Amino acid sequence: MNVVVCVKQIPDPAAPGSLDPDTKTLDRSGKLIMDDSDNYGVEMALQLASGDGDEVTLVSMAPNGETSGLRTGLAMGAAKAILVSDEALAGSDALGTAKVLAAAIARANPDLVVMATESTDGYTGTLPVQVAELMGLPSVTFAKAIAVDGSSVKVERQTESGYDEVQCPMPAVVTVTAGVVEPRYPSFKGIMAAKSKPVDNLSVADLGIDASQVGAAGAGQEITDVSEAEARTAGEIVVDEGDGAQRIVAFLEQLKVV
Amino acid sequence: MAIDKVWVLAETAEGGGPTPVTLELLTEARAVGATVEAVTWGADAAALAGPVGEYGAGTLYDVGDLGGMLPGVPVAAALAALIEGGNAPEAILFPATYEGRDIAGRLSARLDKPVLTNVTGLVESDGGLSSQHPVFGGSHIVTARFTGSGPALFVVRAKSFAAEPSGGAAAAVVAAPVPDVATTNTAKVVERHVEERTGPKLDEAPVVVSGGRGLGEAGNYAMIEELAKLLHGAAGASRAIVDAGWVPYSHQVGQTGKTVKPTVYLACGISGATQHLVGMKGSKNIVAVNKDQEAPIFSVADLGIVGDVHKVLPALIEALKAKG
Ligand SMILES: Cc1cc2nc3c(=O)[nH]c(=O)nc-3n(C[C@H](O)[C@H](O)[C@H](O)COP(=O)(O)OP(=O)(O)OC[C@H]3O[C@@H](n4cnc5c(N)ncnc54)[C@H](O)[C@@H]3O)c2cc1C
Ligand SMILES: Cc1cc2nc3c(=O)[nH]c(=O)nc-3n(C[C@H](O)[C@H](O)[C@H](O)COP(=O)(O)OP(=O)(O)OC[C@H]3O[C@@H](n4cnc5c(N)ncnc54)[C@H](O)[C@@H]3O)c2cc1C
Repeated sequence: MNVVVCVKQIPDPAAPGSLDPDTKTLDRSGKLIMDDSDNYGVEMALQLASGDGDEVTLVSMAPNGETSGLRTGLAMGAAKAILVSDEALAGSDALGTAKVLAAAIARANPDLVVMATESTDGYTGTLPVQVAELMGLPSVTFAKAIAVDGSSVKVERQTESGYDEVQCPMPAVVTVTAGVVEPRYPSFKGIMAAKSKPVDNLSVADLGIDASQVGAAGAGQEITDVSEAEARTAGEIVVDEGDGAQRIVAFLEQLKVV
Repeated sequence: MAIDKVWVLAETAEGGGPTPVTLELLTEARAVGATVEAVTWGADAAALAGPVGEYGAGTLYDVGDLGGMLPGVPVAAALAALIEGGNAPEAILFPATYEGRDIAGRLSARLDKPVLTNVTGLVESDGGLSSQHPVFGGSHIVTARFTGSGPALFVVRAKSFAAEPSGGAAAAVVAAPVPDVATTNTAKVVERHVEERTGPKLDEAPVVVSGGRGLGEAGNYAMIEELAKLLHGAAGASRAIVDAGWVPYSHQVGQTGKTVKPTVYLACGISGATQHLVGMKGSKNIVAVNKDQEAPIFSVADLGIVGDVHKVLPALIEALKAKG
């Protein structure tokens, strides 16, 4: 079985984000890391494709030929990676990104495509279904458990009030939530092995995509303004001296909640 | 009026009737559009005609029963067929729900139109609509707009608008059949698991008591449930303890969980990560209990208690019980 996992490489979320003052898009010029949300997808894929002849391929679109996030996934155990990096891709919206990823994923001829429910930095949560629609595949989003059963996948899909068991023939796109599996830490051996694993570097032209369809040129939307939100001001902060509960009760009484 | 025609994706709540966010979107659609129409699906979709009409929809397109298939593919295909049939609205508002996002994403790829997501406000600009999006955990608001021709697709977060009826008559129901999508319409629900819930719904409760990793262990969540019960509220959670398996996902508050705006939000052992804050910052009053004085949750709290949940919460439970 061939499983593709999409891995987004993003600016470290621990560092405060900033928007480029000219394009008003997220500043992605610094070092990028693997989005933590994709940790779960990589682990899930490695567990599902652990038989003889099974293979996990990572697919990423990122600026400046960035591979450090991909190396993390390769160190966890993925066999190879496809990276699409091209100046023409700067400023892509989710649909533009989906077009690129769909073309790149198709090269790996997958039985199953795993992505995260939403990324940490852009979190539109629409990209995986856009990819599925472009590839003509069914999709199941919000998986909290996945099992492969012959030629179909069985997914426990989160719902408003619990979960649904969903059956879907492969090939298919499935998005996972954090907590679907416990991601492994790459071993030292894995980290060393990752250095020599193949990363296929592709441009937009390699994928046969018209550059006017992607990047800022293809984005059918623009940011017109960025402003500071009205801040909520902090109230009274007190150290509990054994009276904390009473203070809460008094606060609730004053609001007539109790 | 910024634009002529707006569609709203209307969803049926568990137990029947429109979901609250459906009514919020219809109300906002009335504010920005001259004509409001709704789209829905399901075995008993026509039952929504009355309520969506009361909130301003003149027409209800009914995609019909999906036979257990997930809605993303068939509903997007039915919408695309309506649009390609010459009946295009200027904008479509989707709720930021499981099905809303799936349908919007599928439709976006079908129509080759982008979609603006995580919308919390709509404003008129140059005869069109611009959308507002909180970024960096809500510290900044980005305004965005579509540059191409419509329909403009917006995925809107719950609680962005207040629902108000217009007193309109029941909407006229028009069938919107699903075209042939045999190859992609293959994901089928084979069994549903519904968790039991007592007390008010998390996103409708006047009081929400939430617990986070600071509770220490799963068993301590019982204190959160007891407090919620004593305050006639609902029990919420940070993602950290949902991921850890302490509580079901339906309790999660935040960016990937529910948006809540109760009269009082009581955060216990929650650090206040930006993704948590976007889901609860709109609460009227916020009370936080955290042992770390520097925890970001205190920056939004009206009353902050720097203390140990294992001491403060049992005392609070006792005090509330004593009040009866
Ligand atoms: C604050 C902010 C708001 C934005 N709002 C919008 C918007 O409203 N509409 C819009 O069209 N664009 C928007 N964008 C741009 C959008 O985030 C990018 O186009 C991005 O490349 C794809 O969208 P996503 O990360 O939001 O996808 P999501 O749908 O959130 O991503 C889901 C999953 O898809 C996979 N994935 C996503 N991107 C990649 C990638 N480059 N390589 C490999 N795998 C990937 C990952 O597994 C990821 O977890 C926004 C960006 C920012 C920073
Ligand atoms: C894409 C994405 C989406 C996300 N969506 C959400 C979301 O929807 N909702 C959400 O909540 N999070 C979300 N997160 C996760 C978020 O970033 C945080 O990791 C999470 O909110 C932390 O949960 P927590 O506050 O319970 O845990 P922690 O951050 O570990 O905080 C625990 C707190 O408890 C305090 N504490 C410890 N012991 C005690 C004690 N004895 N008494 C009192 N206080 C104590 C500590 O001081 C600390 O402040 C998301 C993250 C990503 C990347």
